[in-house]
Amino acid sequence: MKPYRMHLMLCTGTGCVSNKAFRIRRVLEETLAKHQLQDEIAVVPTGCNGFCAQGPVMVVQPDGIFYQMLAERDVAELVEEHFLKGRPVRRLMFTPSGEREPVPRMSDIGFFGKQRLVALRNRGLIDPEKIEDYIARDGYAALAKVLTEMTPEQVIEEVKQSGLRGRGGAGFPAGRKWESRRKAPGEPKYIVCNADEGDPGAFMDRSIIESDPHSVLEGMVIGAYAIGASRGYVYIRHEYPLAVERLDIAIRQAREFGLLGTGILGGGFDFDIEIRRGAGAFVCGETTSLVASIEGQSPEPRQRPPRTTLWGKPVNINNVETWANVPVILLRGAAWFASIGTEKSKGTKVFSLVGKVRNTGLVEVPMGITIREVVFDIGGGLADGKRFKAIQTGGPSGGCIPASLQNLPIDYEQLTEAGSMMGSGGLIVMDESDCMVDVARYFLEFLTDESCGKCTACREGVPVMYRMLANICEGRGTQGDIELLEELSQAVIDASLCGLGKSAPNPVLSTLRYFRDEYQAHIRDRCCPACVCKPLFHYLIDEDICNGCGACKKSCPHEAIEGEAKSVHRILQDQCTKCGACFDVCPKDAVTKNPNRIETRESREVDELVPA
Amino acid sequence: MPKLTPEDLASIRERMARTMSLREGKARAHVTVHLGTCGIAAGARDVMRVLMNLLEQRDAEDILLTTSGCAGLCSCEPMMTVEVKGQAPVKYVHLDEAKTVQIFESHVLVGKIVPEYALAVGSERVG
Ligand SMILES: Cc1cc2nc3c(=O)[nH]c(=O)nc-3n(C[C@H](O)[C@H](O)[C@H](O)COP(=O)(O)O)c2cc1C
Ligand code: SF4
Ligand code: SF4
Ligand code: FES
Ligand code: FES
Repeated sequence: MKPYRMHLMLCTGTGCVSNKAFRIRRVLEETLAKHQLQDEIAVVPTGCNGFCAQGPVMVVQPDGIFYQMLAERDVAELVEEHFLKGRPVRRLMFTPSGEREPVPRMSDIGFFGKQRLVALRNRGLIDPEKIEDYIARDGYAALAKVLTEMTPEQVIEEVKQSGLRGRGGAGFPAGRKWESRRKAPGEPKYIVCNADEGDPGAFMDRSIIESDPHSVLEGMVIGAYAIGASRGYVYIRHEYPLAVERLDIAIRQAREFGLLGTGILGGGFDFDIEIRRGAGAFVCGETTSLVASIEGQSPEPRQRPPRTTLWGKPVNINNVETWANVPVILLRGAAWFASIGTEKSKGTKVFSLVGKVRNTGLVEVPMGITIREVVFDIGGGLADGKRFKAIQTGGPSGGCIPASLQNLPIDYEQLTEAGSMMGSGGLIVMDESDCMVDVARYFLEFLTDESCGKCTACREGVPVMYRMLANICEGRGTQGDIELLEELSQAVIDASLCGLGKSAPNPVLSTLRYFRDEYQAHIRDRCCPACVCKPLFHYLIDEDICNGCGACKKSCPHEAIEGEAKSVHRILQDQCTKCGACFDVCPKDAVTKNPNRIETRESREVDELVPA
Repeated sequence: MPKLTPEDLASIRERMARTMSLREGKARAHVTVHLGTCGIAAGARDVMRVLMNLLEQRDAEDILLTTSGCAGLCSCEPMMTVEVKGQAPVKYVHLDEAKTVQIFESHVLVGKIVPEYALAVGSERVG
């Protein structure tokens, strides 16, 4: 192996690639060659580093210097200054917001510092298209150990002892699932990796496959050995071209190296894996629907048999992240894995952290980390100095947890108890400018579209709930709506077949639980306290601040602002459509959003006249 | 590519060990060549090339080679600093190929300082 003195670990995950990472790679290589550095310095493309908002990113090793938001024009300076002369380029480093000095080293950046990488152990350290890179980081060592030293029963016992639970949503203990499939009668047996990842905004699974596809394959081979399966499928979302491509390369390399196929690692175990492209809907990721889709039938949920089957034979389905954890558990031992996390939730969890935090991205943290640590230490706190209001967890059918519970440790039990769920790991941070009724409306709209329509309760109930929420946001809520929403929620939960219907009311129930007064303000006072629902707030111009510049008047498309030059301006409420143009342009920030409070008494009287 | 056995996995790991220790920033010894403008003019890039070749020949996997800017001692270039884990860093000055090889063999590989070429043991103190 030819030694290099420096490795430029350039992120080529989907996010960075969409910001021209491949172009930067080419220019980097050309510029290095121009300075005759090509034999001293290697450019290594890696998978996603999780900090996509700052992309394209690059980590220079061995110094650990982290560069962000790179552009082609930065390359010449980087090569001449840093790579040749050893003077890191400060202007391309990450500066935490509110601070003046950049933080040069990746490990010192708060976003990375609190993370614990287990499923993503090779993140940024390997080229996902080179199996040797994976092997160099102890890849397939767990498989070798399992095949030469352990019986299938011992493998299952180890996974049970580790406490590993499914990362795809329900959190079912992986070892117990494997055991039941091993004992299930029927041959051949199958294994599936669920990489459907239908949650909007979630990209945990995509990122694992893009940055370390072999970790998933190795986990699956180990699982297959434990269960006695001979064939595996990776069911992957069709909108993930880069992940599919890397997975495909990985499977071919693994076959070539004898890590898939017949006589794996020179022994007597045979197993192979195929890719199946998902059909694209949210509900396709649900177990029975996914199995139907692989069988070539229409991907909709079925009445769940006591044991899921594929072509009538036993099948074991686990999520991408669940599989990626398996090799480390076998290599480092159940006790090591179980030492991370909380009593009933072991190990780490990968989350996609988005919303109103300063640092958004993909993070892997130990179970039991508090909401506060995630939002403030990793996320860097709220953007624009706003107040933290709530965090939505568990994907579209998860729930909202209020800021008052920010010391809550994140694990399966605590989230469920708080009225939300772990789901697949979406975290959306909300601030004071988010309206919780509007948030519930948004998710119910998504779920209305995604219901496959098989169960009456889900097909009819979810849209009714959505329309009620939309009405409340438009100022047409009536007394009794809250109670009706609660009743409907229960009915939908009780009468739906699959997890989509059973969890669809979560956004409503959790916001009602913690933000009931916000619903009441909408319904009773016709007031949106967060000033999001247009009919329920109004714009005003602060007389003490306005200097009469006239910018707002010019910007208003509805001639709803009056005022002479250099004197205080005023908004004519009757004509204002709440387009917000004036709010955006005022150079003095004199235009303010105000919850409707004036009409309170009137609207209450109206409500009493209109029967609910 | 022939099918791998468990032993082959281990030999791939060994072969890749240097690559990985570089990426993980782990090292027993750390050599820094001063590649400021004056250093380059005085031949520091040749020193770098000699070191790179030595690393390859010796298959030395736990040694990191980095560069730094001008050390403020332009008259002493080419220069390098050798820091073996657990010991104070040593600056070597007026390097040429032979001296570089000697320092590598002695100090970097076996931890024995070469006092003849050393400027000072320890780094400059600030304040
Ligand atoms: C509507 C719906 C969508 C789902 N989507 C996914 C998904 O995209 N990926 C996933 O791994 N699991 C998804 N699940 C969970 C799966 O049904 C199943 O529990 C999981 O794949 C099992 O793997 P695990 O035990 O490793 O988590 C979904 C469930 C429901 C009800
Ligand atoms: S609960 Fe909804 S999504 Fe699930 S099967 Fe029934 S109708 Fe379809
Ligand atoms: S833009 Fe602002 S400062 Fe100017 S007239 Fe309108 S409210 Fe006043
Ligand atoms: S794709 Fe580069 S950090 Fe995510
Ligand atoms: S129309 Fe009133 S703010 Fe624009």
